[in-house]
Amino acid sequence: MESVAIEREIGAEPQRRGRAIVLTSGKGGVGKTTTTANLGTALAERGARVVLVDADVGLRNLDIVLGLESRVKYHVLDVLEERVDLDEALVPDKHSENLRLLAAAQSREKDEVQTAQMEALIAMLRERFDFVLIDCPAGIELGFRNAIAGADEAIVLCTPEVSAVRDVDRVVGLLGNRFKPQLIVNRLRPQLVKRGKMLSIDDVNGILRLPLLGVIADEPEIIITTNRGEPLALRKENPTGAAYHAIAAKIAGEDVPVPMPPAAKQTLLERLTSLFGGGRS
Amino acid sequence: MSGRRIVVTSGKGGVGKTTTTANLGATLAKRGRRVVLIDADIGLRNLDLVLGLEKRIVFDLVEVAEGRCQLRQALIKDKRFESLAILPAAQTREKDAITPEQFAAIVEEASAHADYVLIDSPAGIEAGFRNAVAGAAEAIVVTTPEVSSIRDADRVVGKIAAGGKPIRLIVNRLRPEMVSSGEMLSVEDVCDVLAIELLGIVPEDEDVIDTTNRGEPIALREAGRLSAIYDKIARRLEGELVPFTTFDRQGLFNRLMGALKAG
Amino acid sequence: MIEFLRRIFGQRGSSATAKERLRLVLMTDHLELSPDMIETMKRDLVDVISRHVEVDRERIDVTFERQESTLAMLANIPILSVGRPSANGNGKHEGRAPSPDGSARTSKPKRVAAQTGPGAEGQAPPKRKRRRRKKSPPAPATAPAAG
Repeated sequence: MESVAIEREIGAEPQRRGRAIVLTSGKGGVGKTTTTANLGTALAERGARVVLVDADVGLRNLDIVLGLESRVKYHVLDVLEERVDLDEALVPDKHSENLRLLAAAQSREKDEVQTAQMEALIAMLRERFDFVLIDCPAGIELGFRNAIAGADEAIVLCTPEVSAVRDVDRVVGLLGNRFKPQLIVNRLRPQLVKRGKMLSIDDVNGILRLPLLGVIADEPEIIITTNRGEPLALRKENPTGAAYHAIAAKIAGEDVPVPMPPAAKQTLLERLTSLFGGGRS
Repeated sequence: MSGRRIVVTSGKGGVGKTTTTANLGATLAKRGRRVVLIDADIGLRNLDLVLGLEKRIVFDLVEVAEGRCQLRQALIKDKRFESLAILPAAQTREKDAITPEQFAAIVEEASAHADYVLIDSPAGIEAGFRNAVAGAAEAIVVTTPEVSSIRDADRVVGKIAAGGKPIRLIVNRLRPEMVSSGEMLSVEDVCDVLAIELLGIVPEDEDVIDTTNRGEPIALREAGRLSAIYDKIARRLEGELVPFTTFDRQGLFNRLMGALKAG
Repeated sequence: MIEFLRRIFGQRGSSATAKERLRLVLMTDHLELSPDMIETMKRDLVDVISRHVEVDRERIDVTFERQESTLAMLANIPILSVGRPSANGNGKHEGRAPSPDGSARTSKPKRVAAQTGPGAEGQAPPKRKRRRRKKSPPAPATAPAAG
């Protein structure tokens, strides 16, 4: 095993294998990139070594959400086409020392990446990191297939809207038996749910029937954090920041309750209460 | 005289392409135009859902392309309007099930008997996007005032501009109060960066999701503020010079109500 | 200067930061998407400089560097020879001593050790002409009346 150790970078342990988790949804704009950045940050803050892989060739955004856009020198295709070593392409995060970014190629197309290449790349990353989070592009074509290649776990993101639910349903079908995806419901607005103007968590998961990993409320602060390039998970005192940490804890295997916005809990409770004959309608 | 063929696209997903296509189409139909809406998002169709027509799908875009039915058999007439029809996408196929040339031919056929053909593009810049653009002579790019959306919009503007088609911008989901407090890019900021002609500004509205869930485009709510905005966009599209609504802290609603009362 | 800018951005909220970042990231994106334009720029640059001094066209190096709040183009252009200044200010053609056989004299280009191997010992470090040019901002848009 000594010869194997010599080939690895200092600090990596050849025998361990990190977890490779793809974040996907089908529908665009439901928060995959934001969630990848924030969960990555939260996991890194817990001491895990984390790498975030932007699989959205041609439309990269993970870099800008992390505030790293000016530090990206090389991208995935530079590594896959052997112009640079993996090390040179891994961008250290500004805020979390255990976090690295592997950026997408902005000027290339998704069909320039072969599925087998992605599998090999993720396998390589798993040897060096505890968590490999893959930010999947919108859609269900080659970009999606490349993003899930090499992953062994999947998190699906859904907003409480019929189109998103429909798309997630399609994606879960395409993920097939290899994955047992967990669900994050994103951008919930409990007050709208209460007024009957938005689907509830139950409405969404009644159709999808997936293990619920967490529910995140719609948070205007997210826009501000993207403006600044400072993920909200850096602020545990913010309820949404805290939610990301709770989800990270769950991912890491801690037995914590499914994080949920307090108002949503209230709504569920009220509905349960009225169901069983008590309380106001 | 065949109709205008316009693609509605964005690069980034989730910024409001489908909502815009549905509402703009509905508004144009309200104004008496003959409108055909085409969903180019093969595999992840949603235009039908947003218009509440999902239960009436018999044939889809790919079946038309493969010659298994005529275009007119696949078009679903929206009963709420004299002249609005949609061509749904296929749900169980992929975007390469149709070539750009086939798509362009279908769009052309649709435009022979319509004043407007609006094409709802999928997210991204791959085959689905290329198909959608191939069918169009003009483009509307939709973006939200957020960094990632604008960056992606810039990419698609670059791609479309290469083909020489006129491109116009809709800034969607604007939150005027956040712009005022300096926490959201303004429409002016967005226009500075993208440098394309502005077609419309649509503020964030919590009712939009509800209307999507019900399949009732918000443009149909006569008293609603968004219906007035989509009307302005339709008028601009038709060549009218319509001043842009100024959004301020006071709230668009109050101003519009004031204007309506004043007649 | 940076502190000043930070205070301004801070006072104006995150949208000012966002706009700056967006402007810069789009510049970088556009450059990444235009390798042809970069080649043309290199050629044009070298053509212009060559009118004044003799340069080594084979060893031109152009990179783009992100600097605080701007993007800079850095060009490393090795100079082969600079003619003696003449009355009309043209240093290129005049004042160059012809060699005995009438052919033009050439000298080996030397680069500062940053990227290449060590030059000949005992010689003065070569001149390195650096040209910093800010990329021009995107064209102004038609200003809408919206607030």
